[in-house]
Amino acid sequence: MAEYTLQMNNIVKEYYGNRVLKGVSLKVKPGEIHALLGENGAGKSTLMNILFGMPVIHSTGGFEGEVLINDKPVLVKSPKEAMEQGIGMVHQEFMLVPGFTLTENIKLNREITKPNLVSTVFRNKNLETLDKAQMDKDARTALDKLGMNIDEWVKVQGLPVGHMQFIEIAREIDKLGIKLLVFDEPTAVLTESEAGNLIEAMQKLAATGISILFITHRLDEVMQAAQNITILRDGELVATRPVEETNVLELAELMVGRKVEVTQKEESNEDSILNKTVLSIKNLHVAMPGEEVKGIDLEIHQGEILGIGGLAGQGKIGIANGICGMYPSSGDVKLNGSPMKLNDTRYALQNGMSFVSEDRRGVGLLLDSSIEDNIVVTTMQIKGGFLKKFGPFTQADFPHIREHALKMIEDLDIRCTGPTQPTRRLSGGNQQKVCVARALTLEPDVLFVSEPTRGIDIGAKKLVLDLLVKLNKELGMTVIITSSELAELRAVCDRIAIVTEGKIEGILKPDAHDRDFGLMMAGEYHKVMKKSGEAIS
Amino acid sequence: MNEAIRDFTKKVGIPRLIISLFFIFLCFSSISLGLPFASLSSDTLRRFGMNGILVLAMIPSIQSGLGPNFGLPLGIICGILGSVLAIELGLVGAAGFWGAIIIAMPFAIGIGIAYGIMLNKIKGSEMLVATYTGFSIVSFMSIVWILIPLKHPEMVWPIGRGLRVTIALDSTFGNILNDFLRIDIGKFSIPTGLLLFFFAMCALIWIFNRSRMGIAMKASGDNPKFAIASGIDVDFYRIIGSVMSTTLASVGIIVYAQSYGFVQLYQAPLMMAFPAVAAVLIGGASARKAKISHVIIGTFLFQGLLTVALPVANEAIKVGNLSEVLRMIVQNGIILYALTKVGGES
Repeated sequence: MAEYTLQMNNIVKEYYGNRVLKGVSLKVKPGEIHALLGENGAGKSTLMNILFGMPVIHSTGGFEGEVLINDKPVLVKSPKEAMEQGIGMVHQEFMLVPGFTLTENIKLNREITKPNLVSTVFRNKNLETLDKAQMDKDARTALDKLGMNIDEWVKVQGLPVGHMQFIEIAREIDKLGIKLLVFDEPTAVLTESEAGNLIEAMQKLAATGISILFITHRLDEVMQAAQNITILRDGELVATRPVEETNVLELAELMVGRKVEVTQKEESNEDSILNKTVLSIKNLHVAMPGEEVKGIDLEIHQGEILGIGGLAGQGKIGIANGICGMYPSSGDVKLNGSPMKLNDTRYALQNGMSFVSEDRRGVGLLLDSSIEDNIVVTTMQIKGGFLKKFGPFTQADFPHIREHALKMIEDLDIRCTGPTQPTRRLSGGNQQKVCVARALTLEPDVLFVSEPTRGIDIGAKKLVLDLLVKLNKELGMTVIITSSELAELRAVCDRIAIVTEGKIEGILKPDAHDRDFGLMMAGEYHKVMKKSGEAIS
Repeated sequence: MNEAIRDFTKKVGIPRLIISLFFIFLCFSSISLGLPFASLSSDTLRRFGMNGILVLAMIPSIQSGLGPNFGLPLGIICGILGSVLAIELGLVGAAGFWGAIIIAMPFAIGIGIAYGIMLNKIKGSEMLVATYTGFSIVSFMSIVWILIPLKHPEMVWPIGRGLRVTIALDSTFGNILNDFLRIDIGKFSIPTGLLLFFFAMCALIWIFNRSRMGIAMKASGDNPKFAIASGIDVDFYRIIGSVMSTTLASVGIIVYAQSYGFVQLYQAPLMMAFPAVAAVLIGGASARKAKISHVIIGTFLFQGLLTVALPVANEAIKVGNLSEVLRMIVQNGIILYALTKVGGES
C-alpha cells in the first residue's frame, strides 16, 4: 500500500501575474481525514481546482509543482481524469435529480445493464436493459457504509437536506476504486445534528481506507473529525498540525493572522466621535439571497468608521443593501432618533445616506455611459441637482455637470482620458472611484461602502482606503465599510462588527487579538468563552 | 493605415458598412441601367420621411429597457382609429391631420399605459410577447372595423357593413405634409413639410432625453439595478417608455398615411413593426441602446435600399412579377440580418 494517497508538492499558481498560491504542499495518508482551513480567498478553491484538473486552471497557463496520487506523479487535465484516478468530490450544492429514486441518482450514468434481444440484434450497449436488482444492491451497500437506513427506492424529492448530502456521498463511494473524497464545506447547509451524523459517516469511511480532504471553516468540526490540519492564508501554507498538538484558539489565530497592512490610520479619532447614534438598527432582517441577515442589532455612532466583516455568505453584505432598500427587509431602524422607512431607496438617499454597491459593474455603474453622467445621475434624480428648470420642464445643465465631474476627477484622482470616457473602459480601481464620486455627489452624512477594494490592485486599494479615511476625517462623514478583507478593516476602522450566520457575533477594536477575530468569524467566540471560562484579552 | 481602417469600421459598425456599400452599389447600378435617378431619389426622400416617425417610436422603448417595440401595431391601430374618427367628423385638410393626431392621442396614452403594465409583468421576454400582442390587436381590430358604427360614405363599403380595406385620403388630408413648402427641381421633389415634421419629432425626443425624466428613463433601461440603487422607479419609466413609443407610433402612422394617400385597415398593420425594428438596428442601435442618429441613418439606409433595389432587380430580371418576390426577399433579408444584430456588439 502506498504511503500517501495524495501528495501535492510546492504548488504555485498565477492568474494573470497575480500569485494566488505560493508554494503550497499537502500530504494525505490512506484512511486519514485531513482538514483544509482558510478564509475566503486563501486559495482553498484554487488548490482543489488544480487537484480536479478544472479547465479554468489549464486555460490560464497551468500551474507549477507536482501532484502525486498513490506515490505516482500524475497530471490531471480534466475532472473526468480525476474521477478515473479515484478522486471524488462531494459538492456544497446538491447535484441530484429530484424525480429519481436514490438508486437511480447513485447510479446515474453508471447504470448496470444486461443484454436483451434488441441490444443483441443491434449490438448496441445503450439498448441493454437495466439490471435493477444489482443496482439496488450496490446502492444499498453504499448507503449501509454510511449508516443510512433509508430505502433505496425512495425518490429524492422531498427528502430533508441532510439526507441529500449523504446520497451525494453514496454516489461517490459507489464508484469503483475511490481513494480520496473531497468534502467542500459539507456542513454549511446542515443543522448541528445532521452535521454530527455526517462527521460520523466520514469517520466510518476513513476507517475503510478512503482518505478524506475536509474543507470547512467550522473549527469545532475540524477538531472533532480531522487527524491533521492544513491552514492556508493568502495563498501561503501557514502550518500543518496534527490535531493533538493544537486547539481551537491557535487555529483561529493562524487562520486570520496579521497581514500586510494596507493603510495605517495615523491616530485614532476617538475624540472626534461624538457619542451620538446616527443609525440605530434593531432586529434587522434582510432577504438577500446568499447573504441573508437574520436579526441584527447595531448602533452606528456619528463620525466613526465602522467595519463590518465576516466570511462570505454570512450576511455582512446584506446589511447595507437592506438599509438602502435594495432587498426586502424588515426591522426597526432609527435615523437620528426618528424611525426610518425601509424598502425605499429614494427615502434613504434623500435622508443623507449614500451607498456604494459591492457589485461594481452590475449595480454601481452605467457601463456604457460617460464618467460625468455616472457621477451626477443619482443626485439629479434624488435632489434635482444639475438641472435647469423651464417651468415644469427640465434640461440637464451640462456646463455645471462638466465642472463638477472635472473637480471629482481631480479630487479623487480618477485616471481617464476625460469626463466623457465610458466607464466600461476604466480599470477596476478607477471604476470604484467613479462609484465613490457618485455617492459623494449626494453629499451624504452616512456613507455605506461595500467591498471597496474587491478586484482592484494594491496601489488602487490604498488610494480608495485613504480616500475613505480622508472623507471621515475632513468632512466628519460616518462611513460604514463592509469588506471580506479583515486586514483592511483593521487598518482603517474605529470598530469592527463581525457577522456570522446573519447575526452580529461581536464588535471588536481593530487592535484586538487575532484569535478573537478568528473565533468570531468561525462563529465560536461565545462557545469557546463559555467552555473555557478563561479571560480572553 | 491599418489602425485607421479598424477604427473607422469600429466606429461605423460592420453591418452599417455592409448595408451602406450595398446601397451605394445599387445606386450606381440604377444609373448604369439607365433608371430615372431623379424620381428614385425623391422616392427615397419621401419614404424616409413617411417611415421615420415609426422608427423613432423605437427609441423610447429601447431606452426604457423594453427592447425594440415589436408591439408597434398597438400604436398604429390608435393612429388609424384617430384618422377614421377625424374623417367621420368631417375634418379636412390640416384640421383633418391635426384632428387625427389629437383624437389618437388619448387612445395611444391609455393603451400605452396598459401595455407598459403588462410588459412589467413579463420582464425578460418583452420582444416575443410584444410581437404576439401586436398580432392579437390587429386581429381584434379587424372585427372592430366591421362592427364600428361609422357612416362616412368614403369609408364604408357601398353594400354590406363595415369599413373598407383602404380609405383614400384625397378629399381629406392626403399629402398635407408632403405638399407643405414642397420644392420641385425638375423631376426631383423635396417633401419639405414631411421632413420638417419628422425632424421636429426627433428634436422633441432629443429634448426629452436631456431632461431629468429622460435621463432617468435611459438609466433604467441601461442598468435596471443601477437605477433602483439610485432611487429610480424602473417600472414607472418602463411605462413612460411604452406610452411614448405607442404615441409616436400613432402619430407615425398618420404621417405615413397622409403621404401614402390611403389609410389601410384590417391586416395592413400586422407586419409594420418589422421594417421599423430593422431600420433602427441597421442604424446602429442594439436591443439596449439607441440614439436618434441611429433612427435617421437607419431609416435612410433601409428605405433607400428598398426603393432602389426594386427597380434595379426588375431591370436585371425581367420575368413576370418576379420583382414582387425579390422585394420580399430583399426586405425580409435585411430584417433578418438586422435581427441577428439585436444583441449589439459588446
